[in-house]
Amino acid sequence: MSAVAETPASSGGQPKVTKINEAVIRLAGNSQDGIQAIGGFLARLAGRSEQEVMTFMTIPSTISGGPSIFQVRIGSGEVLTAGDEADMLLAFYQHSYEGHINSLKLGGIVLYDSDHVTPKPEWQENYRHVGVPISSLTVEAIGGTGRDKGKNIYVLGLLAKIYDLEVAKLKKLITERFGGKDASVLNNANACFDAGYNHSLENLLKSYQFYAAQNKVGTQVVMNGNEAIAYGLLAAGVRFGAGYPITPWSDIMELLRKELPKYGGTFVQCEDEIASVSMAIGASWGGRVAVTGSSGPGISLKTEAIGWASMAEMPLVVIDVQRGGPSTGMPTNIEQSDLNIATFGGHGDSPRVVIAPSSVEDCFYTAIEAVNIARKFSTPVILLTDQGIATRIEAFPEPKLQEICQDLTPDLSPVPDHKPYDLAAPGGVTRHLAPGTRVASGKYPVVTGLEHDELGHPTGSPKLHVNMTAKRRNKLRTLANEIPLPTTYGPNEGHVLLVGWGSTQGPLREAVDKARSLGEPISALHLKYINPLPNGLEKIFRGFHRIFVVELNDEGLYGYGQLGAVLRARYADPRIQGITKVDGLTWKVKEILDRVRAQAQPPTA
Amino acid sequence: MSAITFPFATLPRTGNIPLTPVPPIADADRKPLTKKEISADHPTWCPGCGDFSVLALYFKLIERRKMWHEKITTVAGIGCSSRFPYFVQGHGAHFIHGRALPFASGVSLSRPDLHVFVFGGDGDAFSIGGNHFTHTARKNIKLTYVVMDNQVYGLTKNQTSPTSPLGYKSKTDVWGSGDRPINPIKQAIAAGATFVARTSAMTPNHVLATMEAAMDHDGFSFIQCLSECVEFHPGAFDAAIPRKGGVFNEVPKEHDVTDEYAAYKLADVPWPGQFGIFYKTTRPTKNGNEAKIIADHRAKVGDAADWQILQKNFDRMK
Ligand SMILES: Cc1ncc(C[n+]2csc(CCOP(=O)(O)OP(=O)(O)O)c2C)c(N)n1
Ligand code: SF4
Ligand SMILES: [Mg+2]
Repeated sequence: MSAVAETPASSGGQPKVTKINEAVIRLAGNSQDGIQAIGGFLARLAGRSEQEVMTFMTIPSTISGGPSIFQVRIGSGEVLTAGDEADMLLAFYQHSYEGHINSLKLGGIVLYDSDHVTPKPEWQENYRHVGVPISSLTVEAIGGTGRDKGKNIYVLGLLAKIYDLEVAKLKKLITERFGGKDASVLNNANACFDAGYNHSLENLLKSYQFYAAQNKVGTQVVMNGNEAIAYGLLAAGVRFGAGYPITPWSDIMELLRKELPKYGGTFVQCEDEIASVSMAIGASWGGRVAVTGSSGPGISLKTEAIGWASMAEMPLVVIDVQRGGPSTGMPTNIEQSDLNIATFGGHGDSPRVVIAPSSVEDCFYTAIEAVNIARKFSTPVILLTDQGIATRIEAFPEPKLQEICQDLTPDLSPVPDHKPYDLAAPGGVTRHLAPGTRVASGKYPVVTGLEHDELGHPTGSPKLHVNMTAKRRNKLRTLANEIPLPTTYGPNEGHVLLVGWGSTQGPLREAVDKARSLGEPISALHLKYINPLPNGLEKIFRGFHRIFVVELNDEGLYGYGQLGAVLRARYADPRIQGITKVDGLTWKVKEILDRVRAQAQPPTA
Repeated sequence: MSAITFPFATLPRTGNIPLTPVPPIADADRKPLTKKEISADHPTWCPGCGDFSVLALYFKLIERRKMWHEKITTVAGIGCSSRFPYFVQGHGAHFIHGRALPFASGVSLSRPDLHVFVFGGDGDAFSIGGNHFTHTARKNIKLTYVVMDNQVYGLTKNQTSPTSPLGYKSKTDVWGSGDRPINPIKQAIAAGATFVARTSAMTPNHVLATMEAAMDHDGFSFIQCLSECVEFHPGAFDAAIPRKGGVFNEVPKEHDVTDEYAAYKLADVPWPGQFGIFYKTTRPTKNGNEAKIIADHRAKVGDAADWQILQKNFDRMK
């Protein structure tokens, strides 16, 4: 909470108001307490106030509940991460209090439910403790039904008071959320909110007020990464999908299942991931690029069919919402360890495109891009997102949907002739012809996983295998030529270059800002195109003495993470080193900088 | 920063196709396809393989039903029998082992204007693809599935298949198979298939009539077609071939094809069993169910453009 100015309050006896740029609030409780809902309300309020916002949450993988947290960072300026340390911890239980006190800044505020939490004397000195009997006051507010359901909304009221949030906007959000139901639900929610808002916080003494948003971004939408991907696919014109449930991919398929029929489309829940990828490929063959998706274990099952799509040159979009692996691994934790299976997870030489969005907003646009690359290059495209980005909520400028939305109705007008695998096609790029299309020559294409001639008929010819393998590879090189060279965050020359991909863009950028403010010449480079890589990265690398590839995966046998190993192989540049971890948590800015500082020092003799 | 700019709805077709547009022709002005026009590659099957006859009858069906080239949609997995699409002049897909049904389901559900035929072997259907068989049947997806059952793995050269009879000597059961063979008809009925028939490649008219009935069925139509592998399992079906001294017993006229239990019982008649339609019923198809869900939703959105439908969701996230 970067306090900037302290203004004496206008009327006497009122607590002082401190103007702040941003606040990091961590809500800790159990999964059934609805803390995600408070976080969601705060995030959407920030979005409506044109503030930047980012959230982070953990949910237990067990269904019966368990400890859960939601952290939200709201800022009047740019917000890149959900924050290393919280300004305020809201603890519902003793375990929430004891388990998360370490995430609080020194001097930060613990707001605890005094019905459940007994504060520890030894912590009183370092953190300001404020107890409110949240549970009993909630019960009281809704008329003593004996149930504390609604304490999340009570807490929202408390926070609204402390942070001087716009009550009218919050009430509108509450009405939108609970309005459709039984009137008593909305009444209870309002009662809880008012009780929280009116609770006297004399012992807290201070309240805070956000500065007005710095960069007026205009209308914003607030959603999580999974939603952004699903909506991006809809905007792109995808009208068929198939999948099998697995955390954290299920949200995408559930949303598509609900939404697609409005657009005349269908999503099928299949018997397994092999069936889903196969069904999506079948629909793609039908003429309109289709989507399937999963997380680690399901991606393993899909690999044979993805290889077929590479061989048969069939457009396909595969969403991989990465989680901790291998095997069932850590289903509700973040990890970036599927880069290898996405890029190399096929037998034989089976080139495919791999791209990774870096923010929630980027999820939306990358989904559209994945669809268009798949169509233009007739290739499977794997979109690598992760558990972190899937569940975090961000606000971003509302996309211009009218301009963006695509109509991908297949073109079935007759053609004179067609070679699905024309070797003379420029750049190796050929396009699929949907069934139902008349070919005047009377020679019809077969799509196949056997090595084939230009019409798709099987061949054992060594020459054709050589040429077709080259065709499949070259069309990805053609794509590489079209990919823009990314620019560095921070100057393009310096001591250290941090290279990242996917959801770690925020922490890397914040690390650069922090380091630069301390005079350390660090910049960051973020790669969205993993396979193929953009051409010309070596020119950027040349501007730095040390290059650290920062990833959430293991350092591997030879000391590099998965992207690190690819970059080492491509550039044979010994300055490329890895900074990796697999603790299932997002990067903290401090963690990155500590590692950089330790590794960037030349070893002392 | 994107490699691909959007919107990006229309892409030119690729390949060295001259850009001269092809004029449309009215169906009335088209001549029915000849057998020569329907056949593509010369089949790679061993001389005498039962699959030749199935292919010839598929051609006959196309001729008889006056199907146009572009509507011929043939899908297969992997196996000798699954090579089918290469031999047919029409849109074809040769997918991976065991997964032809989900692939074909994707085509069927997204392209209601096409009738998809799927051809494959017993291993493809009941071993590696066993689960897909069950689920395609229960979803009642509109397509026709012809399993060319030779009771052996042909392409991989004589291993036991899920329909190999007890005692069958293969390279993987040199002492004779001890695993109880699957009864495809019972399997199909139990899974919820709505058209279940059995035929034999040695009785061409029966095959043709069965395929035609299957094609006209609104739902998942399954045909078990005995088709001899002369290379590895010769004589397997002699007991069902009259000119080899066997009997080709057709399903009794009085059999009620809508009676599931009667059909199940009939499927238990000892080898060589009976031939014909065992079970046929009408049940909503997945295609129909989805079309209804879509129609209901479309009625609600009215004439809103796609972007306007999406805009509504975005408005709620502000
Ligand atoms: C995943 C996978 N496993 C194994 C194979 C090897 N394979 C090809 S065809 C086949 C069995 C074919 O038997 P069937 O389906 O009965 O067809 P048939 O050749 O008898 O017509 C096998 C095991 C393969 N192609 N793919
Ligand atoms: S091996 Fe058997 S099934 Fe395969 S082509 Fe030869 S005879 Fe037919
Ligand atoms: Mg077989």
